[in-house]
Amino acid sequence: MIELRVSKTLREFTLDVDLAFDRGVTLLVGPSGAGKSTLLRIVAGLDRPDAGRVMLDGRVLHDSRVDVPAFRRDVAYVFQEYALFPHLDVLDNVGYGLAARGASRSAQSTAARAWLERLGIGALAKARPRELSGGERQRVALARALAWKPRALLLDEPFAALDETLRLRVRDELRATLASLDVPVVLVTHDESDAIAFGGPIVRLERGRVAESSRL
Amino acid sequence: MIRAAVAFGATLLVLFIAIPLATLYAHLSPGRFAALITSPDALSALRISLVTTACSLALTLLLGTPLAYVLARGRFAGRDVVDAIVDLPIVVPPAVAGLALLFAFGKYGLAAPMLGPLHVQLAFTTAAVVLAQVFVGAPFYVRAARTGFASVERVYEEASATLGMGPLRTFARVTVRLAMPALAGGAVLAWARSLGEFGATIMFAGNLPGVTQTLPLAVYLGLENGDVDLAAALAVVLVTVALAIVVLARLLERRSA
Repeated sequence: MIELRVSKTLREFTLDVDLAFDRGVTLLVGPSGAGKSTLLRIVAGLDRPDAGRVMLDGRVLHDSRVDVPAFRRDVAYVFQEYALFPHLDVLDNVGYGLAARGASRSAQSTAARAWLERLGIGALAKARPRELSGGERQRVALARALAWKPRALLLDEPFAALDETLRLRVRDELRATLASLDVPVVLVTHDESDAIAFGGPIVRLERGRVAESSRL
Repeated sequence: MIRAAVAFGATLLVLFIAIPLATLYAHLSPGRFAALITSPDALSALRISLVTTACSLALTLLLGTPLAYVLARGRFAGRDVVDAIVDLPIVVPPAVAGLALLFAFGKYGLAAPMLGPLHVQLAFTTAAVVLAQVFVGAPFYVRAARTGFASVERVYEEASATLGMGPLRTFARVTVRLAMPALAGGAVLAWARSLGEFGATIMFAGNLPGVTQTLPLAVYLGLENGDVDLAAALAVVLVTVALAIVVLARLLERRSA
Protein backbone atom coordinates (compact mmCIF):
# COMPACT_ATOMS: atom_id res chain seq x y z
CA MET A 1 0.00 0.00 0.00
CA ILE A 2 1.17 3.51 -0.86
CA GLU A 3 0.26 6.09 1.73
CA LEU A 4 1.05 9.72 1.19
CA ARG A 5 0.17 12.91 2.90
CA VAL A 6 2.15 15.64 1.21
CA SER A 7 2.08 19.25 0.16
CA LYS A 8 4.16 21.00 -2.45
CA THR A 9 3.87 24.51 -3.80
CA LEU A 10 3.54 24.43 -7.56
CA ARG A 11 3.46 27.36 -9.94
CA GLU A 12 -0.28 28.06 -9.85
CA PHE A 13 -1.52 26.25 -6.77
CA THR A 14 -0.43 24.06 -3.89
CA LEU A 15 -0.54 20.32 -4.22
CA ASP A 16 -2.05 19.12 -0.96
CA VAL A 17 -3.24 15.53 -0.71
CA ASP A 18 -3.80 12.76 1.79
CA LEU A 19 -4.19 9.49 -0.09
CA ALA A 20 -3.72 5.76 0.10
CA PHE A 21 -3.37 3.47 -2.90
CA ASP A 22 -4.13 -0.14 -2.12
CA ARG A 23 -3.05 -3.19 -4.06
CA GLY A 24 -4.57 -3.24 -7.54
CA VAL A 25 -5.05 -0.50 -10.09
CA THR A 26 -6.13 3.00 -9.08
CA LEU A 27 -6.83 5.57 -11.76
CA LEU A 28 -5.61 9.06 -10.98
CA VAL A 29 -7.63 11.39 -13.19
CA GLY A 30 -8.09 15.10 -13.62
CA PRO A 31 -7.42 17.87 -16.10
CA SER A 32 -3.94 18.54 -17.43
CA GLY A 33 -1.84 20.46 -14.94
CA ALA A 34 -3.82 19.32 -11.89
CA GLY A 35 -0.68 17.97 -10.23
CA LYS A 36 -1.13 14.30 -11.17
CA SER A 37 2.34 13.81 -12.59
CA THR A 38 3.94 15.69 -9.71
CA LEU A 39 2.16 13.35 -7.32
CA LEU A 40 3.59 10.32 -9.13
CA ARG A 41 7.05 11.88 -9.20
CA ILE A 42 6.88 12.45 -5.44
CA VAL A 43 6.03 8.79 -4.84
CA ALA A 44 8.87 7.69 -7.13
CA GLY A 45 11.37 10.04 -5.48
CA LEU A 46 11.91 12.15 -8.60
CA ASP A 47 10.45 15.24 -6.91
CA ARG A 48 10.44 16.20 -3.25
CA PRO A 49 7.38 17.45 -1.41
CA ASP A 50 7.73 20.59 0.71
CA ALA A 51 6.27 18.72 3.64
CA GLY A 52 4.59 15.45 4.46
CA ARG A 53 5.23 11.75 4.42
CA VAL A 54 5.34 9.02 1.79
CA MET A 55 5.15 5.38 2.82
CA LEU A 56 5.18 2.12 0.92
CA ASP A 57 4.11 -1.07 2.65
CA GLY A 58 4.81 0.51 6.02
CA ARG A 59 8.31 1.73 5.04
CA VAL A 60 8.94 5.45 5.15
CA LEU A 61 10.15 6.67 1.75
CA HIS A 62 10.04 10.32 2.69
CA ASP A 63 9.33 12.40 5.75
CA SER A 64 10.99 15.32 7.49
CA ARG A 65 14.03 13.21 8.41
CA VAL A 66 14.20 10.47 5.78
CA ASP A 67 14.43 10.78 2.02
CA VAL A 68 15.02 7.48 0.29
CA PRO A 69 16.54 8.22 -3.14
CA ALA A 70 14.60 7.09 -6.19
CA PHE A 71 17.00 4.26 -6.96
CA ARG A 72 16.38 2.64 -3.56
CA ARG A 73 12.58 2.88 -3.55
CA ASP A 74 11.71 -0.17 -5.65
CA VAL A 75 8.95 1.88 -7.27
CA ALA A 76 8.65 1.34 -11.03
CA TYR A 77 7.70 4.25 -13.26
CA VAL A 78 6.44 4.20 -16.84
CA PHE A 79 7.13 7.61 -18.35
CA GLN A 80 4.80 9.40 -20.71
CA GLU A 81 7.15 9.06 -23.70
CA TYR A 82 8.46 5.79 -22.22
CA ALA A 83 12.10 6.95 -22.01
CA LEU A 84 13.47 3.69 -23.38
CA PHE A 85 17.26 3.85 -23.46
CA PRO A 86 18.08 4.55 -27.11
CA HIS A 87 21.56 3.01 -26.89
CA LEU A 88 20.33 -0.35 -25.59
CA ASP A 89 18.34 -3.01 -27.42
CA VAL A 90 14.94 -4.13 -26.15
CA LEU A 91 16.37 -7.03 -24.15
CA ASP A 92 18.89 -4.82 -22.32
CA ASN A 93 16.23 -2.19 -21.69
CA VAL A 94 13.98 -4.77 -20.07
CA GLY A 95 16.87 -6.35 -18.14
CA TYR A 96 18.10 -2.98 -16.84
CA GLY A 97 16.34 -3.13 -13.47
CA LEU A 98 17.80 -6.57 -12.85
CA ALA A 99 21.25 -5.39 -13.86
CA ALA A 100 20.86 -2.62 -11.29
CA ARG A 101 20.26 -5.30 -8.68
CA GLY A 102 23.34 -7.25 -9.63
CA ALA A 103 21.63 -10.07 -11.52
CA SER A 104 23.84 -12.06 -13.89
CA ARG A 105 23.61 -11.52 -17.64
CA SER A 106 21.81 -14.81 -18.09
CA ALA A 107 19.33 -14.11 -15.29
CA GLN A 108 18.62 -10.68 -16.81
CA SER A 109 18.12 -12.18 -20.22
CA THR A 110 15.87 -15.00 -18.99
CA ALA A 111 13.58 -12.69 -17.04
CA ALA A 112 13.50 -10.10 -19.81
CA ARG A 113 12.66 -12.70 -22.44
CA ALA A 114 9.87 -14.12 -20.28
CA TRP A 115 8.28 -10.69 -20.01
CA LEU A 116 8.65 -9.98 -23.71
CA GLU A 117 6.97 -13.32 -24.49
CA ARG A 118 4.21 -12.59 -22.03
CA LEU A 119 3.51 -9.25 -23.71
CA GLY A 120 3.67 -10.78 -27.18
CA ILE A 121 6.83 -9.01 -28.34
CA GLY A 122 9.40 -11.78 -27.98
CA ALA A 123 10.54 -11.27 -31.56
CA LEU A 124 11.70 -7.73 -30.78
CA ALA A 125 14.41 -8.67 -28.28
CA LYS A 126 17.28 -7.44 -30.44
CA ALA A 127 15.51 -4.34 -31.83
CA ARG A 128 16.46 -0.79 -30.86
CA PRO A 129 13.77 1.47 -29.39
CA ARG A 130 13.80 3.75 -32.47
CA GLU A 131 12.75 0.80 -34.63
CA LEU A 132 9.59 0.16 -32.60
CA SER A 133 6.04 1.39 -33.09
CA GLY A 134 4.30 3.35 -30.36
CA GLY A 135 2.41 0.33 -29.08
CA GLU A 136 5.55 -1.79 -29.01
CA ARG A 137 7.41 0.89 -27.09
CA GLN A 138 4.68 0.99 -24.52
CA ARG A 139 4.90 -2.75 -24.01
CA VAL A 140 8.70 -2.65 -23.72
CA ALA A 141 8.40 0.14 -21.16
CA LEU A 142 5.92 -1.96 -19.19
CA ALA A 143 8.15 -5.03 -19.37
CA ARG A 144 11.13 -2.93 -18.23
CA ALA A 145 9.12 -1.64 -15.28
CA LEU A 146 7.92 -5.08 -14.18
CA ALA A 147 10.81 -7.44 -14.93
CA TRP A 148 12.51 -6.76 -11.58
CA LYS A 149 9.36 -7.21 -9.48
CA PRO A 150 8.86 -3.68 -8.13
CA ARG A 151 6.83 -3.04 -4.97
CA ALA A 152 4.65 -0.50 -6.76
CA LEU A 153 4.03 0.59 -10.34
CA LEU A 154 3.31 4.12 -11.50
CA LEU A 155 2.23 4.94 -15.05
CA ASP A 156 2.15 8.52 -16.28
CA GLU A 157 -0.30 8.94 -19.18
CA PRO A 158 0.66 5.61 -20.75
CA PHE A 159 -1.59 6.21 -23.77
CA ALA A 160 -0.66 9.80 -24.53
CA ALA A 161 1.96 8.85 -27.09
CA LEU A 162 -0.40 6.55 -29.01
CA ASP A 163 -2.89 7.30 -31.76
CA GLU A 164 -6.58 6.72 -31.20
CA THR A 165 -7.06 3.29 -32.83
CA LEU A 166 -4.00 1.85 -31.15
CA ARG A 167 -4.98 3.39 -27.87
CA LEU A 168 -8.09 1.26 -27.37
CA ARG A 169 -6.29 -1.98 -28.10
CA VAL A 170 -3.33 -1.12 -25.90
CA ARG A 171 -5.69 -0.09 -23.13
CA ASP A 172 -7.36 -3.48 -23.08
CA GLU A 173 -4.03 -5.26 -23.10
CA LEU A 174 -2.67 -3.09 -20.34
CA ARG A 175 -5.75 -3.58 -18.22
CA ALA A 176 -5.34 -7.35 -18.47
CA THR A 177 -1.65 -7.20 -17.57
CA LEU A 178 -2.11 -4.81 -14.67
CA ALA A 179 -5.00 -6.84 -13.26
CA SER A 180 -2.61 -9.75 -12.71
CA LEU A 181 -0.22 -7.71 -10.54
CA ASP A 182 -0.11 -8.01 -6.79
CA VAL A 183 1.24 -4.52 -6.02
CA PRO A 184 -0.27 -1.04 -5.89
CA VAL A 185 -0.59 0.40 -9.40
CA VAL A 186 -1.37 4.06 -9.99
CA LEU A 187 -2.23 5.06 -13.53
CA VAL A 188 -2.42 8.75 -14.37
CA THR A 189 -4.69 9.85 -17.20
CA HIS A 190 -6.48 13.03 -18.20
CA ASP A 191 -8.96 11.01 -20.27
CA GLU A 192 -12.21 10.12 -18.49
CA SER A 193 -12.89 7.26 -20.87
CA ASP A 194 -9.77 5.49 -19.62
CA ALA A 195 -11.14 5.67 -16.10
CA ILE A 196 -14.44 4.15 -17.17
CA ALA A 197 -12.72 1.43 -19.20
CA PHE A 198 -10.50 0.37 -16.33
CA GLY A 199 -13.22 0.26 -13.69
CA GLY A 200 -11.69 0.07 -10.25
CA PRO A 201 -11.08 2.93 -7.84
CA ILE A 202 -10.65 6.46 -9.11
CA VAL A 203 -9.03 9.46 -7.53
CA ARG A 204 -9.83 12.76 -9.15
CA LEU A 205 -7.36 15.58 -8.70
CA GLU A 206 -8.21 19.22 -9.38
CA ARG A 207 -5.80 22.09 -8.81
CA GLY A 208 -3.73 20.02 -6.44
CA ARG A 209 -6.57 18.73 -4.28
CA VAL A 210 -8.51 15.49 -4.20
CA ALA A 211 -11.90 16.38 -5.68
CA GLU A 212 -13.27 12.87 -5.62
CA SER A 213 -12.16 9.49 -4.40
CA SER A 214 -14.38 6.57 -5.25
CA ARG A 215 -14.68 2.86 -5.69
CA LEU A 216 -16.80 1.95 -8.66
CA MET B 1 30.84 37.67 -62.59
CA ILE B 2 30.32 37.59 -58.81
CA ARG B 3 30.20 33.82 -59.01
CA ALA B 4 33.54 33.68 -60.75
CA ALA B 5 35.07 36.04 -58.17
CA VAL B 6 33.79 33.94 -55.29
CA ALA B 7 35.04 30.76 -56.91
CA PHE B 8 38.44 32.34 -57.52
CA GLY B 9 38.77 33.61 -53.97
CA ALA B 10 37.65 30.30 -52.50
CA THR B 11 40.05 28.32 -54.66
CA LEU B 12 42.89 30.62 -53.75
CA LEU B 13 42.36 30.16 -50.02
CA VAL B 14 41.99 26.40 -50.24
CA LEU B 15 45.17 26.12 -52.31
CA PHE B 16 46.95 28.47 -49.92
CA ILE B 17 46.24 26.00 -47.13
CA ALA B 18 46.71 22.77 -49.08
CA ILE B 19 49.84 23.48 -51.12
CA PRO B 20 52.27 24.36 -48.30
CA LEU B 21 51.19 21.25 -46.39
CA ALA B 22 51.55 19.13 -49.51
CA THR B 23 55.07 20.42 -50.11
CA LEU B 24 56.08 18.92 -46.77
CA TYR B 25 55.27 15.51 -48.22
CA ALA B 26 57.15 16.30 -51.44
CA HIS B 27 60.30 17.35 -49.62
CA LEU B 28 61.58 13.86 -48.82
CA SER B 29 61.83 10.58 -50.66
CA PRO B 30 60.10 7.68 -48.88
CA GLY B 31 63.45 6.05 -48.14
CA ARG B 32 64.93 9.22 -46.64
CA PHE B 33 61.76 9.79 -44.65
CA ALA B 34 61.93 6.27 -43.22
CA ALA B 35 65.57 6.72 -42.26
CA LEU B 36 64.97 10.10 -40.58
CA ILE B 37 61.87 9.08 -38.70
CA THR B 38 63.65 6.09 -37.17
CA SER B 39 66.65 8.15 -36.07
CA PRO B 40 67.18 8.32 -32.27
CA ASP B 41 66.27 12.02 -32.12
CA ALA B 42 63.00 11.50 -33.97
CA LEU B 43 62.05 8.44 -31.97
CA SER B 44 62.78 10.26 -28.73
CA ALA B 45 60.55 13.18 -29.69
CA LEU B 46 57.87 10.77 -30.86
CA ARG B 47 58.03 8.85 -27.60
CA ILE B 48 57.81 12.00 -25.49
CA SER B 49 54.91 13.30 -27.50
CA LEU B 50 52.99 10.04 -27.18
CA VAL B 51 53.66 9.63 -23.46
CA THR B 52 52.90 13.25 -22.52
CA THR B 53 49.75 13.53 -24.64
CA ALA B 54 48.48 10.23 -23.21
CA CYS B 55 49.02 11.60 -19.70
CA SER B 56 47.46 14.98 -20.48
CA LEU B 57 44.47 13.31 -22.13
CA ALA B 58 43.97 11.08 -19.10
CA LEU B 59 44.14 14.09 -16.77
CA THR B 60 41.78 16.04 -19.00
CA LEU B 61 39.20 13.23 -19.05
CA LEU B 62 39.51 12.62 -15.32
CA LEU B 63 39.11 16.26 -14.27
CA GLY B 64 37.21 17.63 -17.24
CA THR B 65 34.35 15.12 -17.30
CA PRO B 66 32.89 16.00 -13.88
CA LEU B 67 33.43 19.69 -14.57
CA ALA B 68 31.63 19.47 -17.90
CA TYR B 69 28.73 17.63 -16.26
CA VAL B 70 28.43 20.21 -13.51
CA LEU B 71 28.52 23.01 -16.08
CA ALA B 72 25.82 21.29 -18.14
CA ARG B 73 23.50 20.32 -15.29
CA GLY B 74 24.36 22.23 -12.15
CA ARG B 75 22.79 25.49 -11.12
CA PHE B 76 25.15 27.44 -8.93
CA ALA B 77 26.31 30.98 -8.42
CA GLY B 78 29.27 31.84 -10.60
CA ARG B 79 28.62 29.20 -13.23
CA ASP B 80 29.09 31.73 -16.00
CA VAL B 81 32.40 32.79 -14.47
CA VAL B 82 33.63 29.19 -14.32
CA ASP B 83 32.45 28.72 -17.89
CA ALA B 84 34.42 31.75 -19.04
CA ILE B 85 37.58 30.73 -17.16
CA VAL B 86 37.50 27.31 -18.79
CA ASP B 87 37.22 28.90 -22.23
CA LEU B 88 40.10 31.33 -21.66
CA PRO B 89 43.04 29.13 -22.74
CA ILE B 90 41.45 28.80 -26.18
CA VAL B 91 42.02 32.51 -26.83
CA VAL B 92 45.04 33.23 -24.62
CA PRO B 93 48.30 33.08 -26.66
CA PRO B 94 50.21 29.87 -25.81
CA ALA B 95 53.37 31.79 -24.92
CA VAL B 96 51.36 33.78 -22.38
CA ALA B 97 49.95 30.54 -21.00
CA GLY B 98 53.52 29.26 -20.61
CA LEU B 99 54.59 32.39 -18.79
CA ALA B 100 51.55 32.13 -16.51
CA LEU B 101 52.39 28.50 -15.70
CA LEU B 102 55.96 29.51 -14.96
CA PHE B 103 54.79 32.24 -12.59
CA ALA B 104 52.48 29.76 -10.88
CA PHE B 105 54.56 26.59 -10.76
CA GLY B 106 58.10 27.77 -11.49
CA LYS B 107 61.02 27.63 -9.05
CA TYR B 108 60.07 31.02 -7.56
CA GLY B 109 56.40 30.82 -8.48
CA LEU B 110 53.21 31.03 -6.49
CA ALA B 111 53.24 27.32 -5.59
CA ALA B 112 56.95 27.28 -4.71
CA PRO B 113 56.36 27.46 -0.92
CA MET B 114 54.29 24.30 -1.23
CA LEU B 115 56.35 22.45 -3.84
CA GLY B 116 59.79 23.44 -2.50
CA PRO B 117 59.66 21.57 0.84
CA LEU B 118 58.46 18.48 -1.04
CA HIS B 119 61.46 18.81 -3.39
CA VAL B 120 59.07 18.89 -6.30
CA GLN B 121 60.42 20.76 -9.28
CA LEU B 122 57.87 21.11 -12.06
CA ALA B 123 59.23 23.61 -14.55
CA PHE B 124 61.47 22.15 -17.28
CA THR B 125 60.40 18.58 -16.57
CA THR B 126 58.30 16.11 -18.50
CA ALA B 127 55.50 16.84 -16.00
CA ALA B 128 55.61 20.47 -17.11
CA VAL B 129 54.99 19.36 -20.69
CA VAL B 130 51.89 17.50 -19.50
CA LEU B 131 50.64 20.49 -17.50
CA ALA B 132 51.09 22.83 -20.47
CA GLN B 133 49.16 20.40 -22.66
CA VAL B 134 46.31 20.09 -20.17
CA PHE B 135 46.17 23.87 -19.89
CA VAL B 136 45.76 24.45 -23.63
CA GLY B 137 43.90 21.24 -24.53
CA ALA B 138 41.38 20.65 -21.74
CA PRO B 139 39.05 23.53 -22.72
CA PHE B 140 38.35 21.84 -26.05
CA TYR B 141 37.21 18.71 -24.26
CA VAL B 142 35.23 20.50 -21.55
CA ARG B 143 33.36 22.60 -24.12
CA ALA B 144 32.37 19.61 -26.21
CA ALA B 145 31.51 17.45 -23.20
CA ARG B 146 29.40 20.21 -21.67
CA THR B 147 27.34 20.46 -24.85
CA GLY B 148 27.11 16.67 -25.03
CA PHE B 149 25.89 16.30 -21.45
CA ALA B 150 23.40 19.15 -21.88
CA SER B 151 21.85 17.33 -24.83
CA VAL B 152 21.14 14.15 -22.80
CA GLU B 153 17.50 14.31 -21.78
CA ARG B 154 17.03 14.12 -18.04
CA VAL B 155 14.21 11.62 -18.31
CA TYR B 156 16.72 8.88 -19.21
CA GLU B 157 18.62 9.51 -15.99
CA GLU B 158 15.32 9.50 -14.09
CA ALA B 159 14.27 6.26 -15.75
CA SER B 160 17.58 4.70 -14.74
CA ALA B 161 17.09 5.83 -11.13
CA THR B 162 13.56 4.44 -10.87
CA LEU B 163 14.91 1.13 -12.18
CA GLY B 164 17.29 1.00 -9.24
CA MET B 165 20.57 2.27 -10.71
CA GLY B 166 22.52 4.60 -8.42
CA PRO B 167 23.81 8.01 -9.56
CA LEU B 168 27.36 6.94 -10.46
CA ARG B 169 26.26 3.88 -12.38
CA THR B 170 23.53 5.91 -14.09
CA PHE B 171 26.19 8.41 -15.11
CA ALA B 172 28.39 5.69 -16.58
CA ARG B 173 25.68 3.56 -18.18
CA VAL B 174 23.31 6.22 -19.45
CA THR B 175 24.65 9.77 -19.39
CA VAL B 176 28.16 9.07 -20.65
CA ARG B 177 26.91 6.55 -23.19
CA LEU B 178 24.39 8.97 -24.65
CA ALA B 179 26.91 11.82 -24.70
CA MET B 180 29.67 9.60 -26.09
CA PRO B 181 29.94 11.04 -29.62
CA ALA B 182 30.42 14.52 -28.16
CA LEU B 183 32.85 13.27 -25.50
CA ALA B 184 34.91 11.37 -28.07
CA GLY B 185 34.94 14.35 -30.43
CA GLY B 186 36.08 16.66 -27.63
CA ALA B 187 38.75 14.20 -26.51
CA VAL B 188 40.13 13.94 -30.04
CA LEU B 189 40.30 17.73 -30.37
CA ALA B 190 41.92 18.14 -26.96
CA TRP B 191 44.48 15.47 -27.76
CA ALA B 192 45.25 17.07 -31.12
CA ARG B 193 45.70 20.46 -29.50
CA SER B 194 48.03 18.91 -26.92
CA LEU B 195 50.03 17.11 -29.58
CA GLY B 196 50.60 20.34 -31.46
CA GLU B 197 51.33 22.38 -28.33
CA PHE B 198 54.46 24.49 -28.74
CA GLY B 199 54.39 27.95 -27.17
CA ALA B 200 53.40 27.10 -23.60
CA THR B 201 55.65 24.05 -23.62
CA ILE B 202 58.83 25.86 -24.68
CA MET B 203 58.19 28.59 -22.09
CA PHE B 204 57.30 26.34 -19.18
CA ALA B 205 59.08 23.08 -19.99
CA GLY B 206 61.93 24.16 -22.25
CA ASN B 207 63.33 22.21 -25.16
CA LEU B 208 65.36 19.42 -23.60
CA PRO B 209 65.88 16.42 -25.90
CA GLY B 210 64.68 13.23 -24.25
CA VAL B 211 62.95 15.12 -21.44
CA THR B 212 60.65 17.83 -22.73
CA GLN B 213 61.30 17.84 -26.45
CA THR B 214 58.02 16.91 -28.12
CA LEU B 215 57.46 16.63 -31.88
CA PRO B 216 56.65 20.31 -32.50
CA LEU B 217 59.67 21.34 -30.46
CA ALA B 218 61.87 18.94 -32.40
CA VAL B 219 60.61 20.44 -35.66
CA TYR B 220 61.61 23.87 -34.40
CA LEU B 221 65.01 22.69 -33.17
CA GLY B 222 65.64 20.80 -36.40
CA LEU B 223 65.24 24.01 -38.36
CA GLU B 224 67.34 25.96 -35.84
CA ASN B 225 70.17 23.45 -36.14
CA GLY B 226 69.97 23.43 -39.92
CA ASP B 227 68.60 19.90 -40.06
CA VAL B 228 65.72 20.80 -42.36
CA ASP B 229 65.17 17.20 -43.46
CA LEU B 230 64.57 16.02 -39.90
CA ALA B 231 62.19 18.92 -39.32
CA ALA B 232 60.32 18.02 -42.50
CA ALA B 233 60.06 14.34 -41.57
CA LEU B 234 58.62 15.15 -38.16
CA ALA B 235 56.31 17.71 -39.73
CA VAL B 236 54.96 15.04 -42.07
CA VAL B 237 54.11 12.90 -39.05
CA LEU B 238 52.26 15.79 -37.42
CA VAL B 239 50.34 16.76 -40.55
CA THR B 240 49.34 13.16 -41.17
CA VAL B 241 48.03 12.84 -37.63
CA ALA B 242 46.20 16.15 -38.04
CA LEU B 243 44.63 14.91 -41.26
CA ALA B 244 43.45 11.72 -39.55
CA ILE B 245 42.00 13.76 -36.70
CA VAL B 246 40.06 16.09 -38.99
CA VAL B 247 38.52 13.08 -40.70
CA LEU B 248 37.79 11.35 -37.38
CA ALA B 249 36.23 14.49 -35.88
CA ARG B 250 33.94 14.76 -38.90
CA LEU B 251 32.85 11.16 -38.57
CA LEU B 252 32.07 11.65 -34.88
CA GLU B 253 30.20 14.86 -35.65
CA ARG B 254 28.09 13.05 -38.19
CA ARG B 255 27.31 10.29 -35.71
CA SER B 256 26.21 12.71 -33.02
CA ALA B 257 24.03 14.71 -35.44
